[in-house]
Amino acid sequence: MGYTFAEKIISKKSGCQVSAGEIAIVQVDLAMATDTTAPLTIQAFKEMGGVLVKKPARTVFVIDHATPAPNEKISNLQQLIRNFVLEQNLVLYDQGDGICHQLMVEEGHVRSGDLVLGADSHTCTYGAVGALATGVGSTDLGAVLLTGKSWLRVPESIKIVLTGELNRYVTAKDAVLAMAGKLTADGATYASLEFCGDGAAKLSIDDRMTIANMAIEMGAKNGVFTAAIEDEDLKPDPDAVYINEYHFNLAEIEPMLACPHQVDNVATVQAKAGMVIQQAFLGSCTNGRLTDLAIAAKILKGKKVAPGVRLLVAPASRKVLLEAMARNYIQELIRAGATILPPGCGPCVGTLGGIPADGDVVISTTNRNFKGRMGNNKAFVYLASPVTVAVAAVLGRIARPEEVIQ
Amino acid sequence: MSSINKAHVYGDDINTDLIIAGKYTKTLNMAELASHCFEDIDANFTTKIKPGDWIVAGRNFGCGSSREQAPLAIKHSGIQGVIAKSFARIFYRNAINVGLLLVVCNTDQITDLDEISVDLFNGSVIINKKLKIPCEKLSPIMQQILEEGGLVPYLCKRGDF
Ligand code: SF4
Repeated sequence: MGYTFAEKIISKKSGCQVSAGEIAIVQVDLAMATDTTAPLTIQAFKEMGGVLVKKPARTVFVIDHATPAPNEKISNLQQLIRNFVLEQNLVLYDQGDGICHQLMVEEGHVRSGDLVLGADSHTCTYGAVGALATGVGSTDLGAVLLTGKSWLRVPESIKIVLTGELNRYVTAKDAVLAMAGKLTADGATYASLEFCGDGAAKLSIDDRMTIANMAIEMGAKNGVFTAAIEDEDLKPDPDAVYINEYHFNLAEIEPMLACPHQVDNVATVQAKAGMVIQQAFLGSCTNGRLTDLAIAAKILKGKKVAPGVRLLVAPASRKVLLEAMARNYIQELIRAGATILPPGCGPCVGTLGGIPADGDVVISTTNRNFKGRMGNNKAFVYLASPVTVAVAAVLGRIARPEEVIQ
Repeated sequence: MSSINKAHVYGDDINTDLIIAGKYTKTLNMAELASHCFEDIDANFTTKIKPGDWIVAGRNFGCGSSREQAPLAIKHSGIQGVIAKSFARIFYRNAINVGLLLVVCNTDQITDLDEISVDLFNGSVIINKKLKIPCEKLSPIMQQILEEGGLVPYLCKRGDF
């Protein structure tokens, strides 16, 4: 009987052969925390009697969730993070550097075959580059800082076979929303998603990141693109055991939406065409990358954001912002009427600017539309691709891309 | 581990943003955190619960963010634990790590304000002193962490895994 990627990598990092359902103590290659989770991580580390962080060069803290700090309380918590980083010689990305998950990949912190624990649920994004990466809480991460280790239950695996190629103006975001609709918000709870097939192999790193990012929205522990697994010994065996298998033909994917207030409440853009919007957001660890800004700029170039619509754009990192400027994307977005926010999480989690008003309909490229997620529980958030967000910003309503793009 | 307290019943998919909104997470003050617990689902939550009460829910409790502020807010509100059909995995770990009890069982027959008594080690939930519902047992490592009172005391004592 063969093994899945999750079984192989956890066996390797624990030094014992384990299979799904077993518990293993693993060596953690890389640890990450953000300004939301690092203060409690530091507190837990100290309460555990921690003096020196075990693997400082591979411990990364990122100040991205509420930055620039909106008030003194948050500013002081961020200062606490900076002081700890200095004292322990850790890696820090500060205000304006970008979103943690973007930086971890862009700056090369994550390598194929790494086992990564991050105190942020979207840590699963790094499956795009062949890591086993999963989110944990602050106390778990404090324990990683102290011991360099953690305990993991070896997850069962679900195989997601992707074939075909996405049509023009249909994106990886539409594909992952279709998957969430099919698997549901808890259809993959505790499981590892293995994305494979020729369709998956052809997707760019950016597209893979968008898809792996949303593995958690189906309840998964992690999601990995098997094409990104470099170590032959970690590739899943042909006779590995899966608890389920799904097939998606990318050529059949339509522009999709997740309607309020649940990611699996999906509909086609066609079905919701005409819905009037007040705010549009382009950004986040799901869709704030150069390819996302490029497609939005292409759609908005020479046009204007519809009256009554606020378009917010937050590039995923400083590098993304600089490159988007070099290619004139940012200028085109600004001319069209967009408000550019500093690289970071922006309005995604409702901790900073861009809080919608009561009754606002928001279309957003983020990954979560829970009630209250963007800071107002009386707003209605639709999740969509950068194409659909840009089109809605121009028309002031949800519409298929053909209405704007000839 | 046995006690008798009341149930406060909610539905499926109670996510971490509903448990504690992102805007309230930026604090190390637990009383302040707890004062906003469940604010967006039940504005009366913090006034109606008594120390030792239980939250009872359906499927996928705690889905969403990795914020440990979610189980911490529940714990510091005075709630003893959460009984649900299933939990999202990060929430599940976080709750055990901070010493919040979690019970997985079929909650269909539990109604609001029922009296709850939990016997985790024998694996049962008793409703109104009559109905006994079997519940799942914790894995040995989680049981040890919970017995120590959470991951901090666990590692203080052992220094390592
Ligand atoms: S962009 Fe949103 S989902 Fe991504 S890390 Fe930031 S807050 Fe979390």
